[in-house]
Amino acid sequence: MHTDRFQGTSTYVATEDLLVAVNAAITLGRPLLVKGEPGTGKTVLAHEVARSLGRPLVEWHVKSTTKAQHGLYEYDAVARLRDSQLGSDRVHDIRNYIVRGRLWEAFESTPPAILLIDEIDKADLEFPNDLLLELDRMEFHVYETRETVKALHRPGVIITSNDEKELPDAFLRRCFFHYIRFPDRATLERIVDAHLPDLKATLVEQALDVFQALRDVPGLKKKPSTSELLDWLRLLAAEGVAPDRLAGEARRDLPPLVGALLKNEQDTFLAHQALRRGRTR
Amino acid sequence: MFLDFFQGLRAAGVPVTITEHLAWLEALRAGLAGLDPERFYYLARAALVKDERYIDRFDRVFGHVFRGLDAPGELTADIPEAWLRRLAERLFDPNELERLKALGSLDELLEALRQRLAEQQERHEGGSRWIGTGGTSPFGAYGANPFGIRMGQHASRHRRAAKVWDQREFRDFADDVELGTRQLKVALRGLRKLARRGHEDELDLPTTIRATARNAGWLDLQWQRTRENVLRVLLVLDVGGSMDDHVRRVEELFSAARSELKHLDHVYFHNCLYERVWKDNHRRHELVTPTEELFRHHDRETRVVFVGDASMGPFELTHAGGSVEHWNEQPGVSWLRRAVAAWPHTVWINPIPEDHWTWTPSIGMVRGVFEGRMVPLTLSGVERAIDLLT
Repeated sequence: MHTDRFQGTSTYVATEDLLVAVNAAITLGRPLLVKGEPGTGKTVLAHEVARSLGRPLVEWHVKSTTKAQHGLYEYDAVARLRDSQLGSDRVHDIRNYIVRGRLWEAFESTPPAILLIDEIDKADLEFPNDLLLELDRMEFHVYETRETVKALHRPGVIITSNDEKELPDAFLRRCFFHYIRFPDRATLERIVDAHLPDLKATLVEQALDVFQALRDVPGLKKKPSTSELLDWLRLLAAEGVAPDRLAGEARRDLPPLVGALLKNEQDTFLAHQALRRGRTR
Repeated sequence: MFLDFFQGLRAAGVPVTITEHLAWLEALRAGLAGLDPERFYYLARAALVKDERYIDRFDRVFGHVFRGLDAPGELTADIPEAWLRRLAERLFDPNELERLKALGSLDELLEALRQRLAEQQERHEGGSRWIGTGGTSPFGAYGANPFGIRMGQHASRHRRAAKVWDQREFRDFADDVELGTRQLKVALRGLRKLARRGHEDELDLPTTIRATARNAGWLDLQWQRTRENVLRVLLVLDVGGSMDDHVRRVEELFSAARSELKHLDHVYFHNCLYERVWKDNHRRHELVTPTEELFRHHDRETRVVFVGDASMGPFELTHAGGSVEHWNEQPGVSWLRRAVAAWPHTVWINPIPEDHWTWTPSIGMVRGVFEGRMVPLTLSGVERAIDLLT
C-alpha cells in the first residue's frame, strides 16, 4: 500500500529528521538537497523514496562535463544535417531532432516522478544557477519548436552533493536541506539488521566495535562508511569468520578482510599502527 | 515569535532569507510538523539552514527562542583556563584582577567574565555581535559559536614573540567559509590554464566545416578533446603567531580558491618555512610532512602561493635554531631559498598593507628571497600575484 508520506522502508533506516525533510520537500514541491559523508545513503534515499511512494524514479547522474541544458533537451543538429544529405523526410520536422533530457522526462511522467540529481557538485560552478528557473517554476522553453514544457505534476526532486564545490546561495534558498550525519551505534545496529537480518548478534556486536575503532583512527584519508560496513559484514559471514577473531587480543591487529573497509595502503598502515598501540583516539 | 526567530538567526550569522522563511511558514501551514515539537524543529532546520556549518548556531538560536534556554553565544565549556585568565587580563583592570584572584575558582572567573562580556555587548553594538573588533577581543565577528572564537591572543602580545609555549589548536581555515569571496574568486579565475585532455568527444566545428568542404559537401565530422584546467596550485599558509589578526582574510582566500581550482593542495607552516609542514591544524604534531617531500611531490610547474605576514624576529630567518617552537637544523631562509628554486612560479601574498612592509626587517628579507614577488592581500594584489604566476 502506498501513502503519500515517506516512512522509511524495510531496507532503509531513515531517522526522524530525514523523514520530515523528505516529506516537506515533496509536499511543497521543492527540491531537497542532501549532503553527508560518502556512503551514508544519499543516492539510495531517492531510490527508496520512489519505491515506497510507488512513483517512477528518474535518475540524472551529473558529471564534470554535464551542462544544465543536457537535462532539458538537446537539439541534434548533426543528425538533421545528415538526414538532409540523405534526403530523409524526417528532416522537415524539427521535433524529430529534439532529444529529451532527464528533467523533461520527469516533468511529463504520470504519476509524478521522483527526480534524482546525483552529485550536483561535480558539475561546473554555474550548473545549479542554470537550473534555478526550471526547478522553481518546473517549466522551460524549447527555442527550436517555440513551445514551453510545463510539468504535469511537480516531481519530487532529490539532489545530492559531496561538497566538492560550494553551491550558490540563490540555489540553496530554493531547496530544503538535510545533512545525513554518520549514524550512531543504535542506528547502525538497525541498519545492519535491516540489511542482514540473519547475522549472528555476537558477530555484529564485535564487528561494530572493531568498525568504530577503525573510524576513530586519527588521520584516515577515507573513513569507512556504512555501505563499506555492510560489505564487510557480508564478507565476514561468507567467509565464516568466528566472532572471537574480532575480540580481545585480536583487536590489536588489523581485523580480517580489512580491505573491504580501508581502501588505500596509507590508511591501512595508519590503522595498523594505531591498533597496535591500542590507541585509536 | 517566528519573526523573532528569523531575526535571531540572522543576528547569529545564519544566512536565512525571506524566501526561506516563507517556505518554512508554508510547510507549517501544510501541517508537516504536526504537533510534535521535535518535528517542528526538524522542519525548521530543513527549511532554514542550508549548510551543516550553521546547524550548530541554528540550534542555539532555536533553543533560545523556543525553549527560553541559554542565550546564544554564551560561554560554554572547553575553553582552557589559562586562556580565560589571559582574557581576564584584558577585560579587567589590575584592581579588579586582584579581587578576581581572591575569587580563585574557574567557575567564578567564568561567571565574572560572562557578566563583563554581556555588559560590553550591550554597550557597544546593540546586542548582535561580540565586543570590539580589530584584534582587541578574542572573539570573532560572530561569537555565537565557541568555534567562532578566534585564536587566543596570549602568544602574540608582542609581535616578536620569544618562545611560543602554547600548543594551541588552531582551527582549520577551511572550516569556516565567509561570504564575499566573489571578487577573489573572479581574480583566481585568472589562474585557469586550459589544455585539451581526455577523450575526443567535442565537435570541432571549424575543422568539420573545412573537412566537409574538402569532402565536396559530404559531412565529415571532426572531433577534439575538451578543455580542462590542468594547473596545479599549492597553497602554503602561515598560521598562528603574528598571523592571528589576519586569519579571517586568509580564510576568505582559501575558501575562494577551493571552489575555483581542481588541483589545489595546501599545507601550513608557522612563521617561517622549516623542514616540516602539516596539512591538518588539529593534528599538526602528529601528522607532519617533511618539506623535502613537498618539493618532490609538487613539480616545477606547480604554482605555489605562500600566504603569510613574513613578520618575525630576524633570527628566525637567519639562524639555525631560530624557530620559536622547535630546534631547526637549518636556518629558515635556506628553506625559503630552496622553495623558490624548486618552484619557479612562486609568489608570496602578505596580508599586511604594502606601505607598512618597510617597518619590519624580516619582510624585506623574505621579499629579497622571493625576488620581489610579494603582493598585498587585496584584490589588485591578488591580480598581480596571478600575473606573476602565469
